[in-house]
Amino acid sequence: MKAGIVGYGAYIPRLRIKSSNIAKVWSADPELEAKMINEKTVPNMDEDCATMAVEAARSAILRAGIDPMKIGAVYIGSESHPYVVKSTSSIIGEAVGATPNMMAADLEFACKAGTSAIQIVNSHVLAGKIEYGLAGGSDTAQGRPGDALEYTAAAGAAMFVVGKKDVVATIDSTLSYVTDTPDFWRREGEEFPRHGGRFTGEPGYFKHILGATEGILSETGTTVKDYDYFVFHQPNAKFPLSAAKMLGIPKEKVLTGLLFPKIGNTYSAASILGLCNVLDTATPGSRILMTSFGSGAGSDSFTMTVTDKIGDRRDMAAPVSQMIERKEYIDYATYARYKEKIKGVL
Amino acid sequence: MPTEKAVAHHWRRFSERYGLIGSRCTSCKHYFYPTSIICPKCRRKGKIEEFKFSGKGNIFSYTTIRIAPEGFEKYTPYVVAIVELEEGAMVVSQVVDCSPDDVSIGMPVESTFRKIREEGKSGLILYGFKFRPLK
Amino acid sequence: MMRDVAIVGVGMTKFGEHWKKGLRELISEAGIKAVDDAGISGKDIQLIVGGSMSSGIFAGQEHTGALFTDYLGLNPIPAIRTEAACASSSVALSTGVMAIQSGRYNCVVVGGVEKMTDVYGGLATTALAGAMDRDNEAHFGLTFPGVYALMAKRHMHQYGTTREQIAMSAVKNHENAMHNPNAQFHRKITVDDVLKSPLVADPLRLLDCSPIADGAASLIIVPADKAKQYTDTPIYIRASSQASDTLSLYRRSDITTIGATITAAQNAYKQAGMTTKDIHFAEVHDCFTINEIISTEDLGFARKGDGGRLLQSGETMIGGKIPVNTSGGLKAKGHPVGATGAAQVIEAVEQLRGDAGGRQVDGAENGLTHNVGGSGSTVVVHIFSRNRK
Repeated sequence: MKAGIVGYGAYIPRLRIKSSNIAKVWSADPELEAKMINEKTVPNMDEDCATMAVEAARSAILRAGIDPMKIGAVYIGSESHPYVVKSTSSIIGEAVGATPNMMAADLEFACKAGTSAIQIVNSHVLAGKIEYGLAGGSDTAQGRPGDALEYTAAAGAAMFVVGKKDVVATIDSTLSYVTDTPDFWRREGEEFPRHGGRFTGEPGYFKHILGATEGILSETGTTVKDYDYFVFHQPNAKFPLSAAKMLGIPKEKVLTGLLFPKIGNTYSAASILGLCNVLDTATPGSRILMTSFGSGAGSDSFTMTVTDKIGDRRDMAAPVSQMIERKEYIDYATYARYKEKIKGVL
Repeated sequence: MPTEKAVAHHWRRFSERYGLIGSRCTSCKHYFYPTSIICPKCRRKGKIEEFKFSGKGNIFSYTTIRIAPEGFEKYTPYVVAIVELEEGAMVVSQVVDCSPDDVSIGMPVESTFRKIREEGKSGLILYGFKFRPLK
Repeated sequence: MMRDVAIVGVGMTKFGEHWKKGLRELISEAGIKAVDDAGISGKDIQLIVGGSMSSGIFAGQEHTGALFTDYLGLNPIPAIRTEAACASSSVALSTGVMAIQSGRYNCVVVGGVEKMTDVYGGLATTALAGAMDRDNEAHFGLTFPGVYALMAKRHMHQYGTTREQIAMSAVKNHENAMHNPNAQFHRKITVDDVLKSPLVADPLRLLDCSPIADGAASLIIVPADKAKQYTDTPIYIRASSQASDTLSLYRRSDITTIGATITAAQNAYKQAGMTTKDIHFAEVHDCFTINEIISTEDLGFARKGDGGRLLQSGETMIGGKIPVNTSGGLKAKGHPVGATGAAQVIEAVEQLRGDAGGRQVDGAENGLTHNVGGSGSTVVVHIFSRNRK
């Protein structure tokens, strides 16, 4: 018997900054930057990876309609865990009421840590080790001030209850593609990441996204035509559309899962927030192929089928579209304050 | 920071602050926060059990703090309210995700999980419930 | 039958910023003044009861009882420190009264001290926040002005009390303080000044808040039967009453009233055999302007909800029906928290002796003091009289 998603939950913080605002500060061309990204989400001072993950997890549990004590595992992927040493997963487990009988760990694999978490709980469920598991990704990503990443490094979370009973989408298969490719990294104790510039593209993103996607199509004996939705990791708007083009996927099958232009790159949450938006809209029987990408580098692919349970659960928590629309703009000075980039504040 | 406390001081409150957990007295049907071994109404005769509040309620009174105590300076101005939970218990916390001008007595709110404060850059991060306008 | 108690000597420092004086200098100055005023010698004193709210955070010094006896040169007599936030030194007085009433002591020094200006702003706010529920109020960022702001917001909401009415408390008290040499401020202010001062905790602004101050105040109390040995004008303690309410504000069903004030006041009137009509002036705990409004209602000088209108009517000014805070109140006299209750009593003594100068209430025979700890968790009410019965 397959496992699948029993409940899903998204969280997108309210604050936004427009790329034109950032461009002005660094004397870049606001129009040029606006073509790449219109705006991105910003966490408030009292939000971090843990708070966003808890909000998303509570929505997921609400949609799953289960007793949180039945959750036997909590895995959370992030590259912005609030503590370097001290688990985020235990905070989430405590806040949703799943402690103490649960397996738990914090994961890091750049932007694919969230999908790695889902693979782990999916395996535990399939092995019969647990009835339900909670997994997903959450990030308050950092971009060095003035760097290209500053326009896109955003905040968001998506969490999933995985189990076998009453799933809203079955996880039909999953496959990963990993090599040692240093396209983007952050060393211990460093505040900001570094990246390999254009190296992040072809040998990084495209090689792994294509490798995993083609791999899962071949392993499952399916073709692009068999899927209604494709969701790819989205560090910008161009990469996922280019990947789709290379794979022969029509653009409209990618757009529902492509949130980047509205919220930016939410790192560990990026592809799975796209998945949440697909689950908010897809009809029963729809088939989804999702491929994440994490620098370092690797991709996790999943094929899923939406079930007729989706109708009952969807409205039990706020849809992604509502969270995208619920926003308040801040200027760069306020952004610098909230991201604690101003020195000397008590 | 001279007022920083040892971890146990905070840790023993984690579950009630993370989950908005208080007490209910099954003898007098009184709900209250935080947990207590004595019912404020029927004292020792009360039968107290742990109760997880729904998190929904209304603003009973509120204020916008502009001069903050240690650890809260960077958050000013912020709104602190007494919230009357739908079960009848009262609690105090901050109201977020709105401008102070949008808050009013009677306004419906729901709980949200946030950072309350940090014990400096190297100390504990203290999480707990706050409230936001009910959508 | 319990013994009656009288005050035979008082002494206080000026309230304000005493950059050159620490806890011990403040205590010594107020203590010596009281002893001199009573015309007694140190050998007569048998017990010290001294209040201090947070000498540990403010000055890094606990064990202030020992500091009192040591720096007043009174070793080896016993000393008791009382703490009930801003009501600490009124609790010192009620404790001292019990010591005399019990028959065990015949001459007791009671008083209070606070040295608040040796810490920076954020820490002072933190220390004062200890007067509320630390885990369930202060933990979430609530401050002391914030507590009274929550009360003000409700009072305005339920009774239509206006922002201007609330400001009038500060205006009146600053006016009164002009005639009090011990007051921190000698500066008249207007309603407009209050309304244009910076917001501290909406709706309360800077000029709604009593100031951070240093100061000490002490009293010498003796059995009434022996009072005339020391002075021709002993002031008799006709009632000493203390009551409690929830530590946290949010656990009360009505936050526009302080239940402990009502309880303490009713007991006090009963003890003194008086009603509000017999009271000729009152020192009321105006830590924040709104609290003068709430307290005049709870003490029975106005109907619930009418405190703002009473203030606006001018009847609480000197010369009005019931002058309130002739000393300048906590607002303008200053509020070194642990010394405040004792200083309120000193104002009552000076009024009843007829020594209040430009702020004298004509024909004052009986007066009341009202001292609040926290948001009203502790309230102490005393009634004083020129007459023993």
